[in-house]
Amino acid sequence: MDAEIATILAMDGIASGAIYLLIGLGLVLIFAVTRVIFVPFGDIAAFTGLSLAALENGHRPGTVGLVAVLAVLATLKETALLVRTRELHRLPHTLLFYLVLPLAPAAAIWFTTGSVLPMPLRIVLALALVLPIAPLLDCLVFRPIADASVLLLLTVAVALHFALDGLGLLFFGPEGVRTQPLTETVLDIGGFIVNAQTLLIVAASIVFSGLLYLFFEFTLLGKALRATAINRTGARLVGIRPTSTASKAYLLGSLLAGISGVLIAPATTMFYDSGFLIGLKAFVGAIFGAMASYPVTALGAILVGLLESFASFWSSAYKEVVVFGLLIPILLWRSLSLGEVEEEEAEE
Amino acid sequence: MKHSIAAALLAAVVGVAPAHAEITVGFVTSQSGPASSIGVLYDKGMKAAQEYATAVGEEKIKFIQLDDTSDPSTATRNARKLIEENKVDLVIGTATAASSNAMVAVANELKVPLLAISPITVAPSDTGERWAICIPQPPSLMVKVVINRAKRDGVKKMAYIGFIDAWGDLVYNGAKKPAEDDGIQITTNERYARTDTSVTGQVLKMLATKPDAVLLGGAATQGALPPLTLAERGYKGPLYGTPALLNTDFIRIGGKAVEGVQVSAGPVIVAEQLPDTHFSKKISMTFRDDYQKANGAPPTDGFSAYSFDSWLIFLDAAKRAMAKAKPGTPEFRTALRDAVFTTKDVVGTHAIYNFKPGESYGVDERSLVLVRLVNGQWKYEP
Repeated sequence: MDAEIATILAMDGIASGAIYLLIGLGLVLIFAVTRVIFVPFGDIAAFTGLSLAALENGHRPGTVGLVAVLAVLATLKETALLVRTRELHRLPHTLLFYLVLPLAPAAAIWFTTGSVLPMPLRIVLALALVLPIAPLLDCLVFRPIADASVLLLLTVAVALHFALDGLGLLFFGPEGVRTQPLTETVLDIGGFIVNAQTLLIVAASIVFSGLLYLFFEFTLLGKALRATAINRTGARLVGIRPTSTASKAYLLGSLLAGISGVLIAPATTMFYDSGFLIGLKAFVGAIFGAMASYPVTALGAILVGLLESFASFWSSAYKEVVVFGLLIPILLWRSLSLGEVEEEEAEE
Repeated sequence: MKHSIAAALLAAVVGVAPAHAEITVGFVTSQSGPASSIGVLYDKGMKAAQEYATAVGEEKIKFIQLDDTSDPSTATRNARKLIEENKVDLVIGTATAASSNAMVAVANELKVPLLAISPITVAPSDTGERWAICIPQPPSLMVKVVINRAKRDGVKKMAYIGFIDAWGDLVYNGAKKPAEDDGIQITTNERYARTDTSVTGQVLKMLATKPDAVLLGGAATQGALPPLTLAERGYKGPLYGTPALLNTDFIRIGGKAVEGVQVSAGPVIVAEQLPDTHFSKKISMTFRDDYQKANGAPPTDGFSAYSFDSWLIFLDAAKRAMAKAKPGTPEFRTALRDAVFTTKDVVGTHAIYNFKPGESYGVDERSLVLVRLVNGQWKYEP
C-alpha cells in the first residue's frame, strides 16, 4: 500500500463514516429519549432512497400505502383513547397530527403519479413521505409498552425490523435501484480525484451535526428532549410530556435517516434490505459513545467507516468480521471503565 | 356408509380409466416470493413449451403446475402432492437451487424422474440410485468458456472480484483450473456483499496488481458495482463475466461502465444473430414464436428457455419409454428415467443434450457462446 491508495481509502472511509454518523446520531437521539434501540432505523434510510427512486421513474412508491395504513390505525387508536378519557375536544388536534399531516405528502404523491417532478421537489416529497413512518410506529407499537425494560423494547424493535423488511420486499421488489446523482462534478484536489457527491455527504453530516448541536443547546424543544434523556421522571415533573418528546425524537431521527438515504442512493445501489447493515454499522459507532454521547458517536462512526474501507483493501472477505469484531474490545473497555452497570436502576 | 362411498369412488376411478392412460407431468416454479423474478420466467418458458407440444405421438399430456412461493419446504410438499395425489410420471422444477435440491430428495424417495431447471449438483438416493438430471449449464463450464476466450484475447493476468457467497465461490473455483491450463494468472480473490455500498478498497487492490482484464463474479443489479468503481478509478481494460450478468438491471445500473463486457451465455440469448448453420438457430426461433404466442411478448432472458428445453427432453424420453410400459405405472416411471438418462443428441435452445447414467449434467462447450454488451444490447461474438 502506498500513500495514494491510503488517501483514497481514507476518503472512501470518511464518506461511508459520514453516513453512519448521521444514522448513529439518530439512533442515540431516539435511544436517549425513549430507551428504544430502534433497529429498523436503517430501513427508514433505505425506504427514503427507494421512494425517491420510484418518484424519479414516475412510479408510486409502495411506502404511500404503508403511511396511509399506519396513519389510519394511529388515528383510530388515538381517537379511541380520547373517547375513553372523555377528551373529545382534542379530536381536531389528533386528526391534524395523526391523519392530515402524515397523509399530506402521500396524497401529493398519489395525485402527481405519472408525472416526473423536478429533483428538489422529489427529494422533499420522498423525505416528507418517509418522515411519519417512525413516529406512527412509535405511537402504535412502542407507546403502549413505553415503561417496559430496555430488553423488551429491543426485542420488539427487532421484530419490527423484520416486518418492515418483508414489507420493503413487497413494496419495492427484489431488484436494487440507483437514483440520479445530485451532482456529477468531479473535483481535482492536489492530484486526487474526488466526487462532489462524496464531499456533499461529508458536508451534510457536518452541517446536520452542527444544527443538532445548536438545536439541543439553544431551543426549548431541544432542551426538553435533553431533559427527557437525562431523567424521564424529572422531566415529567417539570411538565414535559414524554409521549410528545418521543414523537419528536422519532421525527428528528427519521429526518437524519431520510437525509442519509437521499445522499447514498445515488452513490450506491439500494435494495429493500440495504438499510439493516448500514444501521448495524452505525450502531457499532453509537456503542463507542455508550449510546449516550453524540460527539463520541460521531467519532466512532467515522472510525467504523475508515476501518471498513481499509479492511476491504486488506482482506475483503473478512471485512464485516473486522468491523463487528471491533464491538468486543469496545464493550470490554466500556464495561471496565464504567464499573457498575447502572442502566436499569432508575426503573425499580 | 364409509365402505360404500369408498367402493363407489373406486368404481368411478376404475370405470373412467381409459384404455390408454395419459401421461401426467408436474411442474413447480416460484410464481411468488423473493425468487419469483426468475420463477415467473420459468413459468413463461413452460407456457411456450405447452404451445410447442401437448402430446407425445397419439398420447395426450396432462399438465399440472404448482407454485412453491420460493420456499424449499413448499417445494417439497408440492413434489409430494404431485407424485402421491396426482400420480405424475415426471416432475420439472424449480427456480432456486435450495428448492430444487429439496425436490430431488422427494424424487429419489418416491422413484419419479425429475428434470431440475436450476443449476444444482444432483444427489443420488441412499441406495445410490439416480432419478434426477439437471438441464442448465454447470457454473464451472460457464466460467471455463470465458477463461478460454480471455486467453484467445491475449490476457495474461486477470483480477477477480465476486460475491461473498456460494456464487462468488463457484465462479472463483471454476476459474482457477482453466486459468492454470491457459497460462492465465488470477491475481486477486476480492469479495463483496450484495448490500455493500462501496468496493473502492477491493478495486484499488485489484488495480495494484496491474491486471490485463477483470473477471466479475457478481450477479444482476449489484454485479454492476465493481465495473462502476473500476471506471471511476480509470480502469479501461476488458471485463469478463458469467450469464449471471445477463440482466436488464445490470445494464440499467451499469450504464457506460459496463459497455463492452463479455459474458458467456446460452446461444438462445442471441438466437436471431446466430448463423443458420448453428444447431440452436432453428429450435430457438421456434421457441421465440411459441413464447410470443403464449405470453404476448418476445423472451428477453435465458431462464425461460431452460423450461422449454426440459420439455423437449421429456418429449424425447417419453416417446422411447412408451414403447416399454404404460403411463401411470411404476414400470413406466422407471422406463422414463432410463430413457432420460440415455438422452442422445437432443437439440435444444441452449445445448445439444447427452445424458449418461451417473451424471448430473448433459451439456458440453457448445452450450455456451460469448456475447458482448454493445450500446446496451448483447451482441454475438463468434
